[in-house]
Amino acid sequence: MGWLRSIFNRPEKAYAHPYLAGAILGVVLFLAFMLTGNGLGSSGATSRIDAALVDMVAPAHVDNTPYLLKMAGGDKNPLDDWIVPVFFGALLGGFASGARNGRLKLTTTKGPNISNTTRWVMSFLGGMIFLYGARMARGCTSGQALSGGATLAAGSWVIMLAIFGGAYALAYFVRKLWV
Amino acid sequence: MNFPLEAFTTVSAANPWTYVVFGGIGFAFGYTLEMAGFGDSRKLAAQFYFKELTVLKVMFTAIAVAMTLLFGAVGLGVIDFNQVWVNPTYLGSGVVGGLIMGVGFIVGGFCPTTSLASASTGRIDGMLFMLGGFVGAFLFGETERYFDHWYNNAGYYGRLTLDQVFGVSASALVLIVVLAALFMFWGGEQLERVFGRKDLSREPGLRKFGAVGLFAAALGVLVIGSPTPEDRYQRLTFKRTEVIEKAGAEKADAEKVGAEKVGAEKGGAEKTDAEPQTVTHVYSADEMLAKRLVFTSPAEAFKARYQQAINPVYLDVRSESDYNLYHLVDSVNVPLQRLAEIVPNLLSEPPANTVFITIGNDEAAAIEAWKLLVSSSVQNVYILEGGINRWIEVFGAKDPALKPLANAGEDQLRYGFPAALGSRYKSCSPNPIEYEKLDFKARIVLQLKRDKSGGGCG
Repeated sequence: MGWLRSIFNRPEKAYAHPYLAGAILGVVLFLAFMLTGNGLGSSGATSRIDAALVDMVAPAHVDNTPYLLKMAGGDKNPLDDWIVPVFFGALLGGFASGARNGRLKLTTTKGPNISNTTRWVMSFLGGMIFLYGARMARGCTSGQALSGGATLAAGSWVIMLAIFGGAYALAYFVRKLWV
Repeated sequence: MNFPLEAFTTVSAANPWTYVVFGGIGFAFGYTLEMAGFGDSRKLAAQFYFKELTVLKVMFTAIAVAMTLLFGAVGLGVIDFNQVWVNPTYLGSGVVGGLIMGVGFIVGGFCPTTSLASASTGRIDGMLFMLGGFVGAFLFGETERYFDHWYNNAGYYGRLTLDQVFGVSASALVLIVVLAALFMFWGGEQLERVFGRKDLSREPGLRKFGAVGLFAAALGVLVIGSPTPEDRYQRLTFKRTEVIEKAGAEKADAEKVGAEKVGAEKGGAEKTDAEPQTVTHVYSADEMLAKRLVFTSPAEAFKARYQQAINPVYLDVRSESDYNLYHLVDSVNVPLQRLAEIVPNLLSEPPANTVFITIGNDEAAAIEAWKLLVSSSVQNVYILEGGINRWIEVFGAKDPALKPLANAGEDQLRYGFPAALGSRYKSCSPNPIEYEKLDFKARIVLQLKRDKSGGGCG
């Protein structure tokens, strides 16, 4: 058990410089394109895992829902897609970096003027809203803004502007959450 | 070697390595995001109050670096850009979805992948964001039916890149985007100084070298330029497997075909005790033409319509007037001059089992069309052997309305027509019962390179 405790009690290191982290991320993204032809992503996996769950509980419902039909209809396995291993890889990778840099800690990150409960409710709501929008736009900040941005996809740049536009437009009204 | 690697374009249990590759990519992705501090929602939200522009810096550095490397490799011919997933443009659902994501971002403090990095390091808010995400994605699946038409059609432009929108070359646009990013970084640092009270003198001086390096690389991409269609054509390779009987040195002339062979021309005579050997040949595009491996006979082209496995698209590349005189039923008229315009649609839209058959009066125009399509990475393109003239010879010889012309020129119709009936001549849609038995050499080999619908964040 000693090694386990040592993972959680390592001295916390500083974050990498944004430009350095960005450059590394850029190389990772490039390698993804070079090897597989696909970029990065994650929100697609969320809806595929959803589809797999629905398929287990109510397979008939899948056949009546056009959106699920595409992923899980018939004998299709919704988890049989490149984005699913990327999703689980990202979870592992985040954990590995947290472990290495002493940042594994059960805690809540929030603005100074709200309670933990408010923060929890808001993050749940935010996740719900974000993924709803991500599925509508056919990709999130990684699948559209990052990957589509690097391939110069016209629609992805529009989506990127819309994401930042939406967030900046609302930022003032929810400033209590963060500042 | 041609990138992206064919073996890694889709995951499948048949090739377990693909899970390792995609899992590894995901691992590096999550690791980098956590390293940048994106497990902490405050760092992300600070972006929207101009206190700390880490999100902008990380994201645009990543985009600029990946884009420069990508288009550099494309220019050098290492990566085939047409095999790289480019998110199709849907302006309607993109804009609305993007705005909704913005709301989720500022309310929840994460985006989907950063919430993974946060949740996996023990942040409760990250876990709840992830959980909420599952609910949101589920709700989208349940409500999509109410706006299905809008979702799939509003502002749809298919595979569209910014260089096409602005009418500049991709490599010039790379330089412009890099310059814009560098300018934004400079502006962002000024904002941090004003709103975040950050002391810029403590920032590493190395970042200026990075900026110069990125700029130089983007200049390099501009110098390399984009590969011409001619370059791409020369680099094309086609794989064909051939079955050779061991005992007889005679080549069984059959290309091994996934589709069923109707005209079984090699009878029992060739049956020997020796096991047949399968040999794989790699041909260049010109060799494919010279060996006539991409010419499909009228009989095969006709039979293709009745095969479950393939979805033939008959691309008639003749002039509109010739097309109006006589064309195959269901064929699409795209005159050769306008063919380049529809290439993006051919790359993104049709299902993966689509086989394109280019059709001319004879073969010259159809060969040009074939060259254009294959050098643009359109898969499964074939040429109708002998064109419309041969088709009429095979299926319409008995039609008294079609009168052979004595002195037709090269690649022109060799028949006279009483009226421009289009596809209403009997031979435009031969009766499948009448022509049930046809002999031909099967040439169509369906290649399922990648499932286009599987790309992106799909």
